Amino acid sequence: MRRVVITGAGAINALGQSAAATMEAMREGQCGIGPLEFRDVERLSIQIGGQVKGFEAEGIFNRQQMTLYDRFTQFTLCAAQEAVAQSGLEFTGSLSVRSGVVLGTAGGGVSTWDDNYRSVYEDGKNRVHPFVVPKLMNNAACSHVSMQHNLKGPSFTVSTACASSNHAMSQAFLMIRTGMADVMITGGSESMLCFGGVKAWEGLRVMSKDACRPFSANRNGMVQGEGAGIFVFEDMEHAKARGAEILCEVAGFAMSSDAADIVMPSKQGAARAISGALSDAGIDRSEVGYINAHGTGTAANDKTECAAVADVFGPHADDLMISSTKSMHGHLIGGTGAVELLACIMAVRDGIIAPTIGYEEADPECALDVVPNVARETSVDVALSNAFAFGGLNAVLALRRFN
Amino acid sequence: MSIRDRVFSIIAEQAMLEVSDVKGESTLESLGIDSLGLVESIFAIEEEFDLTIPFNANAPDDSDFDISNVDTIVAGIERLIALKS
Repeated sequence: MRRVVITGAGAINALGQSAAATMEAMREGQCGIGPLEFRDVERLSIQIGGQVKGFEAEGIFNRQQMTLYDRFTQFTLCAAQEAVAQSGLEFTGSLSVRSGVVLGTAGGGVSTWDDNYRSVYEDGKNRVHPFVVPKLMNNAACSHVSMQHNLKGPSFTVSTACASSNHAMSQAFLMIRTGMADVMITGGSESMLCFGGVKAWEGLRVMSKDACRPFSANRNGMVQGEGAGIFVFEDMEHAKARGAEILCEVAGFAMSSDAADIVMPSKQGAARAISGALSDAGIDRSEVGYINAHGTGTAANDKTECAAVADVFGPHADDLMISSTKSMHGHLIGGTGAVELLACIMAVRDGIIAPTIGYEEADPECALDVVPNVARETSVDVALSNAFAFGGLNAVLALRRFN
Repeated sequence: MSIRDRVFSIIAEQAMLEVSDVKGESTLESLGIDSLGLVESIFAIEEEFDLTIPFNANAPDDSDFDISNVDTIVAGIERLIALKS
């Protein structure tokens, strides 16, 4: 089986509008969560989020593109451009046919649905713009990346709620590992920060009105974010042969289903995904130095996740670090695993561990080293990225330092 | 602005051209407007004149609306506006 490495990274989210800016903000423990700004926000009971501000899409895309690109597609294209540029790859000839795109999103063009429902229901209009469907479809971002970069191999979009990006990156990894493709553009994006998008989440009563404080005893819920994280996954030999800069290795992954409850997490399901990723990658649990937690800041997730980690790692659970960067960028739903992978890359490549900010009170049910409030410098060989979705669908990726 | 001028300006915007580059005998194809651009132009014209244009992208030739060139489009719209009033 072939080995897979990452040779490009791009991102946009509340912490920054590039991968480097995002990692820098993570290092500094910055908080990107603040007051939401959009129409009718005063009618929401939840008015905070990790919103991308100062993003001028009109300056980046022309008028024709703007009519076709929902905000989730705009985010995706910007991050993909950055990742591909970093990789130095140009997709022509046979490489183009051997390269594809697998992306994750939970909601796709949510603001396009929202704007057009508003137009026909609230404003009573009887005609919508002809591009509503191609703009809102979940695979729109994937298709536009494939068109923009001439990627003609296997391409599709995965939608598994909060695990969408991790499932997508797992599939991209698998395709290169098994020889179906040489290069895959992968990751995910989300843009649900509009009236309808936040209103829907409000209904579940799991949102915090003031902050995302994962693992802290006084945590009171999740905070939504938005943005995209896109990576270039490449066959290791292919990358070496062209002298590419390698950010890290993708060592393995695993997926599992709780088969239990549509919203409540399961310790067993999470533990099977974590231990599965270790065995898939051939990694001994003692090698794991850092876990980027799913860490939503809800009462249920954080204690279940800590229990799963304790089960899988035994005594080593007390030696490893586990943090939730959602405290800084919010929960990007289908795009979250992609942006969080940056924290894992930073851990294995740079030896910098992103903190869990907003941490105020120890919780005996989350008694692990959650890297409270301040980043740490230390060498890490292996990092895991957890994603446990509503619907009980779990996906965990393992990254290894590349020497 | 006359109906003709308004249609010319919509088509020019769609084609990303100056209005003076759009001629009555121009076909949409010659102006670089593809099939997506065509449905978008029809949408823009419907919005501008508050009309419903009988156009089905599956069978453009069978539609009761002639899109052969800019002149026939203008004539079709003038007819629909006359019918409306």
